[in-house]
Amino acid sequence: MNIGESIRIAFRGLSANKMRSLLTMLGIVIGVAAVIALVSIGEGVQSFVASSFQGLGSNLLFVMPGNLSMRQAMSGSGVAFLTMADVAALEDERRAPDVGLIAPESSGTKSVTYGGEKILITIKGVTPEYTIVRNFHPQIGAFFGEAEVKSRARVAVLGQDVVEELFPAGTYPIGETIKIDGTPFRVIGVMEKKGGTGFGSQDEVVFVPITTAQARLFPERSLRGEPVVSLISVKTVSESSIAAASAQITRALRQTHRLAASDEDDFSVINQTDVVNIAGQITGILTIFLGAIAGISLLVGGIGIMNIMLVSVTERTREIGIRKAVGAKRRDILVQFLIEAMVLSTIGGLIGIALGALGSRAISQLMEDMTTVVSVQAVLMAVGFSAAVGLFFGIYPAMRAARLHPIEALRYE
Amino acid sequence: MSEPVIAIENITKVYRLGEVEVHALRGVSLLVHEGEIMSIMGPSGSGKSTMLNMIGCLDRPTSGRYFLAGVDVGHLNDNQLAHIRNKRIGFVFQTFNLLPRTTALQNVELPLIYAGVKGSERKKRARAALEAVGLGDRLNHRPNELSGGERQRVAIARALVADPTIILADEPTGNLDSKSGAEVMAILQRLNRERGITVVFVTHDPEIAAHTQRIVRLHDGLIVGDEPVLKPKLAGIEG
Repeated sequence: MNIGESIRIAFRGLSANKMRSLLTMLGIVIGVAAVIALVSIGEGVQSFVASSFQGLGSNLLFVMPGNLSMRQAMSGSGVAFLTMADVAALEDERRAPDVGLIAPESSGTKSVTYGGEKILITIKGVTPEYTIVRNFHPQIGAFFGEAEVKSRARVAVLGQDVVEELFPAGTYPIGETIKIDGTPFRVIGVMEKKGGTGFGSQDEVVFVPITTAQARLFPERSLRGEPVVSLISVKTVSESSIAAASAQITRALRQTHRLAASDEDDFSVINQTDVVNIAGQITGILTIFLGAIAGISLLVGGIGIMNIMLVSVTERTREIGIRKAVGAKRRDILVQFLIEAMVLSTIGGLIGIALGALGSRAISQLMEDMTTVVSVQAVLMAVGFSAAVGLFFGIYPAMRAARLHPIEALRYE
Repeated sequence: MSEPVIAIENITKVYRLGEVEVHALRGVSLLVHEGEIMSIMGPSGSGKSTMLNMIGCLDRPTSGRYFLAGVDVGHLNDNQLAHIRNKRIGFVFQTFNLLPRTTALQNVELPLIYAGVKGSERKKRARAALEAVGLGDRLNHRPNELSGGERQRVAIARALVADPTIILADEPTGNLDSKSGAEVMAILQRLNRERGITVVFVTHDPEIAAHTQRIVRLHDGLIVGDEPVLKPKLAGIEG
């Protein structure tokens, strides 16, 4: 008996019980649709994050407190601070000749009020160099300069989203006074729209001079009384000096932190590639995780198929007996029921792919900035997986059917 | 009379029902020649169903030997037995045993599917078999659209389609009215007469047995009688 014949018999068997076949398929449909949609969302997030980090600039280094490698984090030696003394060390031409511009920032979340409006927002204390290093400039008004930093001026530059959230529509923000943590600041500029990056939306930030921030908003100090810095962005003199600059920064900071030769670094110097890789790892895990959750529903769908196939074998015992009496071999019966299970799961899989693709498209349209892609691999994987589910969960019922004794099967009422 | 098509030598069959052993056949020997039409009679529990299963290669004897058309089938495996059933044996059951929701033609095609006969050839042979039992105009009817007699004739067409050596009929008229029963008997007699197919009835109905040439009587798993029928009745109507 050939496969085409088996498939025809399987279709006839399934169409005899259309409602039941549809419901059985539904489990696989939902499972596959979930896999396709969630994996495409995961991949969308992944490419979105990667592309937003890619825009940072290739001659950029970030210095962060704490060692990002697992080993250090596990040893629990505590996170050291980065301080203004570290910034000064990096500014030293002799110690770090390949370091170009340095943009330290002291940041945290504070409440900002204007009129009756109150929002919680990220406050970044920065220096004027920040606009050059991060290539992020004001659209209206101006950024603060060296003078405001020196004088700890209470001036603020707002991200675009902050303006929208804080001020009534139509208000011209420049010259208005907002209160950050109770302290009044005069708004002198509004930044251009930048959109989100891997660090969160750049448009939901309030920039103030770093000295003002350290003096009035973030009282945290290192053991030696130095103001604390949460991140130092470094622009190297050229793209080719990334490695040299990274080594110089490491050496300089190990000196200022007085680390012995055997100590691990208590800070991390990472470049754009590192950031993209780390973000890629995190979002990759996210994708796998989403896929796994969806995979579980596929498994449940498979159990549904097995259940129905077992019922079907029992119901059709007499049919199996008749087929055996007229000469069906064990293999013929096995193949018949196996193909029935696989037809169920594969058709379910195909419907699921269509639904999943629709779903991912809908999400893509609902969320700007994110393009979800239904990849060929995901489709092939879903088809293969659903057929495999049919095979795996169909084999036991099919074997039960094939093993039935013809006489007992014929007598079955 | 020619070659024995069924040669059974001292067959026994023991079933185990938990602790109890049931001796369904206690040593039965039987020769049936090609072209015979005969019946096996006996009360229920006499072992005649077991006998039918043995002859039909649905089951294996506990001991003894069984040659079907010269082949020792006593020790074949399940697949080989399935092959023998497919090629050599046609079954006609009391309860018809047709596949529901499947047309007459598709039911008759079934043995040919398992014999590996391809589509158009298969349809042609199935149609011919249905025409041979007078159902040429009922090809696409499903069993629930057919009368009892018609259903049994579909079953005969199915038994016939693979050109078997033997047709085994288990109370074939048991569920039919007398007119349909006579039709079924007439068809089976004609197949025996015209095609030389050996027909073995298993029955407790003396009326059926009277239509055959020979009656073998079973009792408690032993053959207690084996006599020819002097003047076999001819089933009416079709003749």
